[in-house]
Amino acid sequence: MIPAARPEQPATGVPLRATGMPLHDPAARQRWASLVLGAVLLWPLLAATEFSPWKIFEPRSLHASARFLAGFFPPATEAGFLGNVALGAWQTIAIATSGTVLALFLAVPLALCATANLSISSLGGRMAPLPFAVRQGLRGAMVALRTVPELVWALLLVRVVGLGPTAGVLAIGLTYGGMLGKVYAEILESVDSHAARTLLANGSGRLQAFAHGLLPEAAPELTSYTVYRWECAIRSSVVLGFVGAGGLGQEMDNAVKMLAGGEVMTMLIVFVALVAGADGLSAWLRRVMQ
Amino acid sequence: MIAARWPLLLTGIALAIVVAASFWTLDLHLGALLAPASLAAMGRYAAEFLAPDLSPAFLARLAGAALETLAMSVLGTVIAAVLAAALCLPAARFAGRPPARWRVPARLLFNVLRAIPELVWASLLLVAAGLGPMSGTLALALHTAGVFGRLFAEAFENAPQGPAQALRVQGNRESLVLLYATLPQLGPQLLSYVLYRWENNIRAAAILGVVGAGGLGQMLAFHLGLFQNGRAATVIGAMVLLVYGVDLASYAIRRTMVRMH
Repeated sequence: MIPAARPEQPATGVPLRATGMPLHDPAARQRWASLVLGAVLLWPLLAATEFSPWKIFEPRSLHASARFLAGFFPPATEAGFLGNVALGAWQTIAIATSGTVLALFLAVPLALCATANLSISSLGGRMAPLPFAVRQGLRGAMVALRTVPELVWALLLVRVVGLGPTAGVLAIGLTYGGMLGKVYAEILESVDSHAARTLLANGSGRLQAFAHGLLPEAAPELTSYTVYRWECAIRSSVVLGFVGAGGLGQEMDNAVKMLAGGEVMTMLIVFVALVAGADGLSAWLRRVMQ
Repeated sequence: MIAARWPLLLTGIALAIVVAASFWTLDLHLGALLAPASLAAMGRYAAEFLAPDLSPAFLARLAGAALETLAMSVLGTVIAAVLAAALCLPAARFAGRPPARWRVPARLLFNVLRAIPELVWASLLLVAAGLGPMSGTLALALHTAGVFGRLFAEAFENAPQGPAQALRVQGNRESLVLLYATLPQLGPQLLSYVLYRWENNIRAAAILGVVGAGGLGQMLAFHLGLFQNGRAATVIGAMVLLVYGVDLASYAIRRTMVRMH
């Protein structure tokens, strides 16, 4: 409310009526129709998700959640437990970091092979059919790696390599390898390729053209995207713990299952601080790199 | 030049130390992964996945779970949008209005909601809401409400004030100003945020079930637990198709929206 902005006028609506304009909403019918349509569409969704919030407020489940929530305060602070949490937090960071490094081993070669800017055959016009097919195939492979969520990769890998951080590292490596590779290839195609094309046309090798023509142009964007993905990897490595891939997530899963509210609270605080820290560090790194 | 490179060099060294420490402390068995025995095991495993179960009875159950996942993603997104729309008004600062007293607490709430991933929300909600898709839906709604809250509040703050002011000087109530000036103005932008999060939420909804919150994820965890890898492969295929379908649908809706304006 800004009293100052109000001109000295009588009550609502009077000036409009004076002009003879209709006072009803011209779009009223549309608005009501879309509201009703929305409600009709929402109904089957509510049924499909067994949505019955009143269940939460039944005495029995209310009692259970109240006891669980009451345990949240105070957060658990025994020295031994805090040690475990610190170890879990480090493991989470380490899984994210190793996974991202592994992803780089996958992404860099894939991106170099897939980017059209390093194609020699396309120098004279259109790309030859075989290189074109290979590049499209690699792109498809990267999309496939990325489309399967990392949690599903982790679920599958836990059965191959057993419970523990190895499954988490491999899951992040595979998903992020596809993701980074595809984006790297696109970044390399989006920068000014004049230098690289000239180098290629004058007979330099692909790697030389990349290192001296494309990389100087693309380096800031490439590093900034990689740092951003590392930050995302920290978030997902916590989630991966819930299927047994180690780190803070696994500890949290255990604590929730044992309804140890205080421990859950401590770990949530640590997790939020971890993500905020990674967020800040990543923003700072990206600023420094520019 | 050299002075400017110092921070970069130090960052590089710190990065190298963190990477080395990560690999060193994790006790990874990457070498064991390439041993002949485990390669053979992986080959068998992969072969089982290459024979997906496509029997009609199983596909019917799969379709049910896929619909459940789809419903979870849509309902979670809608609830989040409604929650965020209600909560972001006190969180937004409007030009020419007294400073919003609830701005800081509301933003803090959004940040906490957003910082906790959907899967963690789901595992916490299982205690209160029990196993099943409702926990998953609420988990999606809570996390997404945090995301929307911030986006919506920023959209409201950056909205052009002309139309709203025009209604205000006529002496209309704030609620009418919101309904007839600000919301219609921001509609397309807010809808585009909602579509973007829907694409995210279908991905999340597909896997939430792994902790017991319904949908395709629950089915995947179930069949993997029974070592029915052919069926698990079908479920993963369904996940990928569903995500792809939602991306297409969202793209189509966006295109229609652009054409209408």
